[in-house]
Amino acid sequence: MDPHYQHLYDILAHSQGYIFPNEIELQWGILIVVYPFITGLVAGAFILASLERVFKVRILQPTYQIALLTALSFLLVATMPLISHLSQPQRAYEIMITPHSSSAMAIFGFVYLWYLMVVLLLEIWFDYRHSMVVWANEKKGIMKWVYRILTLGVSDISPRTVRWDRKMGYIITVVGIPSAFILHGYVGFIFGSIKANPWWSTPLMPIIFLFSAMVSGIALVMIVYMVITYFRKKVIDLDVLDSIGKYLFFVLILDFTLEGLDQIHRIYVAEESFEIIKLLVSGKLYLTLFIAQGLVGTIIPLITLVFLQFYKHKIRVRKTMYFIVSILVLIGVYSMRWNVVIGGQLFSKSFSGFTSFKVGLIGLDGTLMAAFWLILPIGILAFLLWLLPPWRMVKEEEEI
Amino acid sequence: MKFYVPPQIPRLALAFAIFITLFLVLRHFLVPDTFGKYGHYRAASLIDNAQPEIHYAGQQACFKCHQDIEDKKAQDVHSEIHCETCHGPGEKHVVSSKVEDILKPSGREFCGSCHIINAGKQKSAINQIDLNKHNVGKNCIECHNPHQPWEMKK
Ligand code: HEC
Ligand code: HEC
Ligand code: HEC
Ligand code: HEC
Repeated sequence: MDPHYQHLYDILAHSQGYIFPNEIELQWGILIVVYPFITGLVAGAFILASLERVFKVRILQPTYQIALLTALSFLLVATMPLISHLSQPQRAYEIMITPHSSSAMAIFGFVYLWYLMVVLLLEIWFDYRHSMVVWANEKKGIMKWVYRILTLGVSDISPRTVRWDRKMGYIITVVGIPSAFILHGYVGFIFGSIKANPWWSTPLMPIIFLFSAMVSGIALVMIVYMVITYFRKKVIDLDVLDSIGKYLFFVLILDFTLEGLDQIHRIYVAEESFEIIKLLVSGKLYLTLFIAQGLVGTIIPLITLVFLQFYKHKIRVRKTMYFIVSILVLIGVYSMRWNVVIGGQLFSKSFSGFTSFKVGLIGLDGTLMAAFWLILPIGILAFLLWLLPPWRMVKEEEEI
Repeated sequence: MKFYVPPQIPRLALAFAIFITLFLVLRHFLVPDTFGKYGHYRAASLIDNAQPEIHYAGQQACFKCHQDIEDKKAQDVHSEIHCETCHGPGEKHVVSSKVEDILKPSGREFCGSCHIINAGKQKSAINQIDLNKHNVGKNCIECHNPHQPWEMKK
């Protein structure tokens, strides 16, 4: 065979039925799965922190700073999967300097910047300012300067000024909740607004993304809280776990209902794309949709959480159960991202064929890179916890 | 009571002002010179895009020397298929007229790349044959003329 056609034959051998020429190669790979997963964790962790603050859920107090720092460490990495996927990192800044308002993707830089600078950093700054001033006075050498720079040189910790910290923090949280909704709703919007793809195109998409984001963020904070407490050799507060578990349970139910609603709507309407989607779901997506997302990521955690709600169990087991449930939920949400991103590209828009996806291991768009971007935030979080340890913070008297 | 300004607020405002100014200054230097001349893109990219080597000549270019083949092709079912669809990019050959610069496809798989039986394709759009059944062991062009498929060679 002519070498000219050889390449085409190799790829075509993996596709089935009739596909359009531009569908042979999947454009969005594993890093585009990781990206909404990470932003979801950010939005979810932040919303859990806001719950504590705005609705004054006192019991969640020990997780407040942990949730904020978790959100920050993942947010710092959130754009990296996109940048490495596009494999032109030296051009990444261009989206910021010449944005176009007609492109939702081009506006992302600003959504991101708003959330990072105006919401997260400010909220953390106001929250830690008092403590950082105190630390700057206690420490010696280089750390003294680090904290001094972090306070931006404001060393006033009179009660009146500190009260303002909390007032501002509160205002920012109130602004932050819709911002977190926008940040992640936006990610769903990108998919939901793609008219040509029946697997993506639904106005429910932003909402589904948002709720699964909350599910994953809450689960992550639960894990981080347990791991941190373990490493600090302190006792894990079961009341904290129980109340995080309660929120996880409610949000998971909502998420499950919404996604179910979406699917039922799809089945009932049964548009012309339905046949191919049926084949997709029962074939190429069977494992990741029904087993990973449905059974492992939703049904088992739900049953376990119901069980934990009504049945106070032996203490050790309860902790382990929460831990396992959180991990399962994270696996489920990751699979959900996979099913959306990869699933949406596995069938041809001719509705008469399937493409195939093979994950690469190396390269800017490979599995190792994806794993790296998922592990890096954990390192950042460890650093932030060392720099800004929530357990060494100056205690504020209860008010506001 | 005098209006109280908490000291951290003006300091933050200053930090943000510096950040925004820095952004605007950087932006001033980073935005390419020709950006926005015609539209929301770098005008000089048009020149860049004109630089790459041309690979395809378009079939009109072939007619100058191979009108005989076009006359045949125009009469039969392959009339809508352009020369370079089968022969590959031809610009180099158009310039050089050398035989080495152009592909001469052959083999059953080649014709099969379009005609192989495929449930996803409609039979009315393109006629398909089963490569494992249709005159196995012989090359397609031993019977069909590629330029005029129904003009059967002996
Ligand atoms: C300037 C004149 C000219 C143009 C234009 C031209 N060719 Fe040719 N082509 C030739 C000549 C001369 C030969 C050699 C004929 C021979 O040696 O029998 C040839 C040979 C060929 C061959 C046979 C190669 C082989 O391996 O035997 C193919 C196929 C071919 N041309 C295709 C094309 C295509 C497709 C185009 C349009 C993109 C094209 N030619 C444009 C002059 C031209
Ligand atoms: C359906 C695919 C197809 C198309 C379209 C096609 N060719 Fe060919 N062409 C072939 C094949 C296959 C051969 C090899 C024939 C052989 O080896 O006997 C060939 C051979 C040739 C040759 C070598 C001389 C000959 O007749 O064997 C020339 C010249 C040529 N083609 C020119 C053209 C030009 C010019 C066009 C456009 C007007 C064109 N071809 C369109 C498939 C095609
Ligand atoms: C680029 C795709 C393509 C390639 C390659 C190609 N064909 Fe075709 N062929 C077509 C199309 C399109 C038609 C016209 C639609 C139809 O009637 O089937 C056609 C029609 C035919 C027909 C007539 C079918 C009919 O129903 O009347 C024959 C016979 C045929 N081709 C033989 C060949 C042979 C032999 C080759 C290899 C030298 C070949 N084709 C390579 C696309 C291709
Ligand atoms: C032995 C000579 C011979 C060879 C070799 C041959 N064909 Fe045919 N082909 C015919 C004849 C005769 C017909 C018309 C009668 C028929 O339908 O079988 C035909 C019909 C066709 C048709 C139309 C089918 C239809 O149902 O109308 C296509 C398409 C075709 N051939 C493609 C090919 C391709 C592709 C190859 C190479 C893989 C090939 N042929 C090899 C002789 C041949």
